[in-house]
Amino acid sequence: MGDSSGSVLTAALLCFFAMDEELERDERVFLLGEEVAQYDGAYKVSRGLWKKYGDKRIIDTPITEMGFTGIAVGAAMAGLRPICEFMTFNFSMQAIDQVINSAAKTYYMSAGLQSVPIVFRGPNGASAGVAAQHSQCFAAWYGHCPGLKVVSPWNAEDAKGLLKSAIRDDNPVVFLENELMYGVPFEMSEESQSKDFTIPIGKAKVERQGTHVTMVTHSRYVSHCLDAAAVLAKEGIECEVINLRTIRPLDVDCIETSVMKTNHLVTVEGGWPQFGVGAEICARVMEGPAFNYLDAPATRVTGVDIPMPYAKILEDNSLPQIKDIIFSVKKTLNV
Amino acid sequence: MQNMLTIISNALCRITGRNVLLIDLSEYVSLTSPAAPVLAQTERQPPKPPPVSTRAPAAELVSSQTDQLDRPGSRVVVSRSFADFTPQATFDIKKCDVHRLEEGPPVKATLTRDQGLQYYRIMQTVRRMELKADQLYKQKIIRGFCHLYDGQEACAAGIEAAINPSDHLITAYRAHGYTYTRGVAIKEILAELTGRKGGVAKGKGGSMHMYAPHFYGGNGIVGAQVPLGAGIALACQYQGNNQVCVTLYGDGAANQGQLFEAFNMAALWKLPCIFICENNKYGMGTSVERASASTDYYKRGDFIPGLRVDGMDVLCVREATQFAADHCRSGKGPIVMELQTYRYHGHSMSDPGVSYRTREEIQEVRSKSDPISLLKDRMLSNNMAAVEEFKEIDIAIRKEVEEAAQYATSDPEPPLEELCNHIFKNDPPLEVRGTHPWATLKSVS
Repeated sequence: MGDSSGSVLTAALLCFFAMDEELERDERVFLLGEEVAQYDGAYKVSRGLWKKYGDKRIIDTPITEMGFTGIAVGAAMAGLRPICEFMTFNFSMQAIDQVINSAAKTYYMSAGLQSVPIVFRGPNGASAGVAAQHSQCFAAWYGHCPGLKVVSPWNAEDAKGLLKSAIRDDNPVVFLENELMYGVPFEMSEESQSKDFTIPIGKAKVERQGTHVTMVTHSRYVSHCLDAAAVLAKEGIECEVINLRTIRPLDVDCIETSVMKTNHLVTVEGGWPQFGVGAEICARVMEGPAFNYLDAPATRVTGVDIPMPYAKILEDNSLPQIKDIIFSVKKTLNV
Repeated sequence: MQNMLTIISNALCRITGRNVLLIDLSEYVSLTSPAAPVLAQTERQPPKPPPVSTRAPAAELVSSQTDQLDRPGSRVVVSRSFADFTPQATFDIKKCDVHRLEEGPPVKATLTRDQGLQYYRIMQTVRRMELKADQLYKQKIIRGFCHLYDGQEACAAGIEAAINPSDHLITAYRAHGYTYTRGVAIKEILAELTGRKGGVAKGKGGSMHMYAPHFYGGNGIVGAQVPLGAGIALACQYQGNNQVCVTLYGDGAANQGQLFEAFNMAALWKLPCIFICENNKYGMGTSVERASASTDYYKRGDFIPGLRVDGMDVLCVREATQFAADHCRSGKGPIVMELQTYRYHGHSMSDPGVSYRTREEIQEVRSKSDPISLLKDRMLSNNMAAVEEFKEIDIAIRKEVEEAAQYATSDPEPPLEELCNHIFKNDPPLEVRGTHPWATLKSVS
């Protein structure tokens, strides 16, 4: 399989590396989920792990999300550090009671007596042509709940650093990967190749400096925003692109600092608009010091408020495209 | 005499972890009055047959042993010293129905005097604690949910007698009894019910969310605790520590899909999990016949072996749990136990409990099958203890529970500064949004 010392690697590979390193580092860590072991992972993220660590630590489960999620949470309560994989987060809905009521709330309900160090990970959001039941984004749903940390990596470095932090975290972490990003290659920095490379949960990253507008986004749409920013730059509009990295807790300071500099805010996400990530960002900015710096109302760019259709032309038009982002930025700037 | 009392006292203190006071009863017997017939004998009388029970036909004494030393016949024994009591007896217990097992637990159970008093003490404490909770609830000092356990005490006491403190246990919301048997003090339980800072969860959990080492609550969502329990068993297996997890659920939860998911994985991976269904015949207001296509809950594990156990007899529960724990520890995988039991109260304090069952039914169980009476009668009719001893124990327990209730009603509520704490573990302090943007609260780990 190699190690992470190559300089251009994919997000999927980096998830693998993160898990491999953490499995090696702490024998309480184990992975369970559908097809994670002998099938090498439904999306091949866990390829090679079963060969290396065996049945005890890489566990194939039957197709029973509520059951195996509960089992994972129970194991975390009793001292292990499970990684519970959902083949996609759509299936986590079947187990959502265990994630919220058994995992997220327990540390609080027990006033600190019982912790639940667990990671729930898997692909989230739209894929390609998988239609309505397999395309939902759960960032807003999980981001709503106290007691959970919700992480949404964008590139390969995010994937590695954040997943390692999530596994090392003593709290329940929902780790929202993206299937379409699994195969995208990224350059890796020197430091990201270390076995101790972690990215702190709860801190956003400014991926591109700018002065005219702040774009706040997460996951796959960071790429879209950077592409839109490149196009806008040709017209003299310099966009600051913030990669949230973590949905909960939200790095409001980073957003506010940026908005106070650019005076304009556009949020971009793949999920539905109502009660979504963008809605929360707008509300928070309104409630804080950055509001007075806004020269225009904030704009949200989101998925269309419909179940995901199948036909390619319909699917393409159900999600934010680069032209939608460019259009929204210009409208916000009134140009 | 005093030495013997001290020795026994100390032994009971060690076993129960509580102050045990044994009294020399000699002061209660006048030297001039004729000694009661049994006291005048120096040899053991043949034991009286125990009272006939319509429910448990096999509660007869089979054998008894005594460590009685020969005393000169001329000495009149005027005090009931503890050397007079039968130190140990073996009882016939009801045979368990079995599913996919060649044989079940033994049909005889040995009980020592010390054990008997300990089980009595535990069951009576749970009983009185639950009745106190009932009282406090009616006074509106306890609010919200309160699911009482009185009637089912033999289950909690019997299970705890058969497992080690290092084993694990998880149950649903009718959890106060288990919270006690797993080591939480009465006053911390009652203070949690009254929502005070001295409660075991600092008042933040309430009736259904109490925790202790190797006790995972207290779970409010029906059935959710069963996969959790299987997961705890997975951790035991993973860590190779020879521990088991007792995972309890009710007859109502027995139809939940996630149970069968847990059964499947537990059997597949041979998890050391004892799945126990406390069948008290009613899931809230729905009788078992109206809820389950099959009421043979001990068979519902299908490919998992099962036992159906008399849950009103603490010895039966103990023997069955011992059998089950041995089964799991030997690597055979999970096992299902159905404890046939009964709750005197309704489902919760908001349910009078008589709209779906008759008062006569409740009364019949109380008079014929009460777990505490059953144990007490056994011990008395086999001369394992004196009536006065039980009275003393009752008085001491009443006092303990009363003091705990005092604490629970006088302890202050948690301070508002605690509101947002314990969201995350091992995290730097974080800001939590209050009810409006100007209310920024702080959360400390």
